[in-house]
Amino acid sequence: MDTQTTATGTLTLGKAINRGLHHALAADDKVLVMGEDVGTLGGVFRVTDGLQQEFGPERVIDSPLAESGIVGTAVGLAYRGFRPVVEIQFDGFVYPAFDQIVSQVAKLRYRTRGRVSMPLTIRIPFGGGIGSPEHHSESPEAYFAHTAGLRVVSPSNPQDAHVMIRQAIACDDPVIYFEPKRRYHEKGEVDEGVDLAELPLGAANVVVPGTDVTLVTYGPLVKTAVDVAAAAGDEGISVEVIDLRSLSPIDFAPVEASVRKTGRVVITHEAGQFGGLGAEIAASLTERCFYHLEQPPVRVTGFDIPYPPSKLEEHHLPDLDRILDGIDRVMERPNSLSGGAGC
Amino acid sequence: MSREDLLTMADTASSEPIQLVAPDGTRHRHAAFDAMLADVNDDAVADLYVDMVAVRRIDTEATALQRQGELALWPPLLGQEAAQVGSARALREDDFVFTSYRENGVAYCRGVDLDDLLTVWRGNASSGWDPYGINMATPQIIIGAQTLHATGYAMGVKFDGGTQASVAYFGDGAITQGDVNEALAFAASYQAPVVFFCQNNQWAISEPVGLQTRVPIAQRADGFGIEHLRIDGNDVLATMAATRMALERARAGDGPTFIEAVTYRMGPHTTADDPTRYRDAAELEEWKEKDPITRIEAYLHTRGMAVDGFREAAQHRADDVAEKLRHGITTMADPEWQAVFENVYAEDHSWLERQREQYGRYQDLFSSDAEGKA
Ligand SMILES: Cc1ncc(C[n+]2csc(CCOP(=O)(O)OP(=O)(O)O)c2C)c(N)n1
Repeated sequence: MDTQTTATGTLTLGKAINRGLHHALAADDKVLVMGEDVGTLGGVFRVTDGLQQEFGPERVIDSPLAESGIVGTAVGLAYRGFRPVVEIQFDGFVYPAFDQIVSQVAKLRYRTRGRVSMPLTIRIPFGGGIGSPEHHSESPEAYFAHTAGLRVVSPSNPQDAHVMIRQAIACDDPVIYFEPKRRYHEKGEVDEGVDLAELPLGAANVVVPGTDVTLVTYGPLVKTAVDVAAAAGDEGISVEVIDLRSLSPIDFAPVEASVRKTGRVVITHEAGQFGGLGAEIAASLTERCFYHLEQPPVRVTGFDIPYPPSKLEEHHLPDLDRILDGIDRVMERPNSLSGGAGC
Repeated sequence: MSREDLLTMADTASSEPIQLVAPDGTRHRHAAFDAMLADVNDDAVADLYVDMVAVRRIDTEATALQRQGELALWPPLLGQEAAQVGSARALREDDFVFTSYRENGVAYCRGVDLDDLLTVWRGNASSGWDPYGINMATPQIIIGAQTLHATGYAMGVKFDGGTQASVAYFGDGAITQGDVNEALAFAASYQAPVVFFCQNNQWAISEPVGLQTRVPIAQRADGFGIEHLRIDGNDVLATMAATRMALERARAGDGPTFIEAVTYRMGPHTTADDPTRYRDAAELEEWKEKDPITRIEAYLHTRGMAVDGFREAAQHRADDVAEKLRHGITTMADPEWQAVFENVYAEDHSWLERQREQYGRYQDLFSSDAEGKA
């Protein structure tokens, strides 16, 4: 047990979440893991692999095939004092549970004047880039971030994934925990001995410091943004990359501080642009740092279309070149919109 | 015999599924079901056999194409050929079919163009065919959603005085979804001419059917006031007879019927799945004994048919289908980037137009770069 809480090593992002779930299950017998195929199979992405063997089928529960049922029964379990961690198998399958999440999970504390807690964690693999058929690559974060009462987070690397799943489970609010599925297999150092009490849930993280442009993102695109910073650096542009970690609420202080320094901001996410998080961030920054901005904030996002078939997803998803083009726009360098029609 | 008498005779929800052809080819008599098959002679049975062989071959070929990187994914139906061919061949052309992703055999019987069958799994398009071309909606990945669509279609038929029926295909896992239960409620309320065809293939990815239900699935229909049939889904004659019976009821204004076809998914859930992690090998062996194709061969043999002859005919058809499938997929052009923006709305939409225009300018950066360098 001791060796487990202090282990350090290289883990994939998926395994880092698995280890976080393991910690939570071991530490508190009120924690339950529930979802389709999470038990014997260990989840379609193997994130819950081995947990049922270790903790038994009453703590790691294969549920019948119904998302509204999964989330709705988790509400009752929370009433009863449990801390359920439910898995929605893919982003596109959360919608049958949407009613339970936005009508019930999000509102119960408010509706009961604080008497009822919903310490529920809803894990959702999200985002594209893995060549899947429809309903398997969605970025529904804005729907949830728009709903008061929910916390919405997304880790971008194994260490954060590990810490954040444990924080989410420990949190007395419901947390939507979006897992960047195309990063499941990426490896990184994970220190499992971190003291959770020292870390606030969802403090934004300056991943790469810089002085010319602030590049704000989260989840699957953080790695791309780091590559963008390196590529821009080769062209003499210093990019500061901020990983939001929490999408609701957003920890704005570091973003604001960065924009006051750089005066230029690019926001990138896979989700469509209209009513997306980029719009919120751009508006908030404009309100908070208007006199420090040299250029209007630029968004580089997915298009406002249903997620396209996999042979077209490279056009939809922001990649290194498209984000660099966005940086050229705020830097007033030649870019795709140069010469008119830009605004 | 009245239609209701037929149904009463076929009511076996709590007993063994109805079977007309045993795994060893023995033909069982069943007055109500036999009455449904009065016109099905040995040649017609041989045709069903040829269909099933072709459908199995689609699976083998598509799985190979997936392994070779030509398809991103494939959901095989190995073992479910009789359930799909028997039910689909019972339909009229103007009936309308709503399925999940696994009904490739149904699609084949509806006459889907083979390129259209694979385009989705290659990742070229979200949707494979024009639903009105073959009276079959494009497959649904969201579990159970299509049962509501089928019910609504049937309500429409009833409201506008049509004579068609609609059919909803779904799996044993799907029966838990709210949508399926809501579909049953609507279908019963409006006595809609819809057939619910549940292929109980025993597994929902790694979850056995017992996790979804403690009673035979067909019994679920009771609580909704919907008539039901429980049949051997590996028996092509039983699936055909049951579906014909249900369609007859629908057309006569007797409302919905629920059919549970008891069958087995012998392969993985999809090519991305590894059933050895959750499934006992012995179980698979047991079901291999009940193979829907070998039993029909055995049956036709007992009928004195020249088995070699129609086996060869089936082989030819299967080879032809496989060849077309392979040719279609290996010559299929990738979609152009413009397709990203098409068909989001019926009419142009100024926001999307702007995104298309800006992305076009972005694309031009690369082509003018290339020209500049040349
Ligand atoms: C709403 C929804 N939840 C989860 C899934 C993921 N999923 C795809 S197939 C499947 C199992 C379906 O089993 P069943 O209904 O028995 O049909 P089968 O695949 O066996 O034909 C699951 C859980 C999905 N596609 N849609």
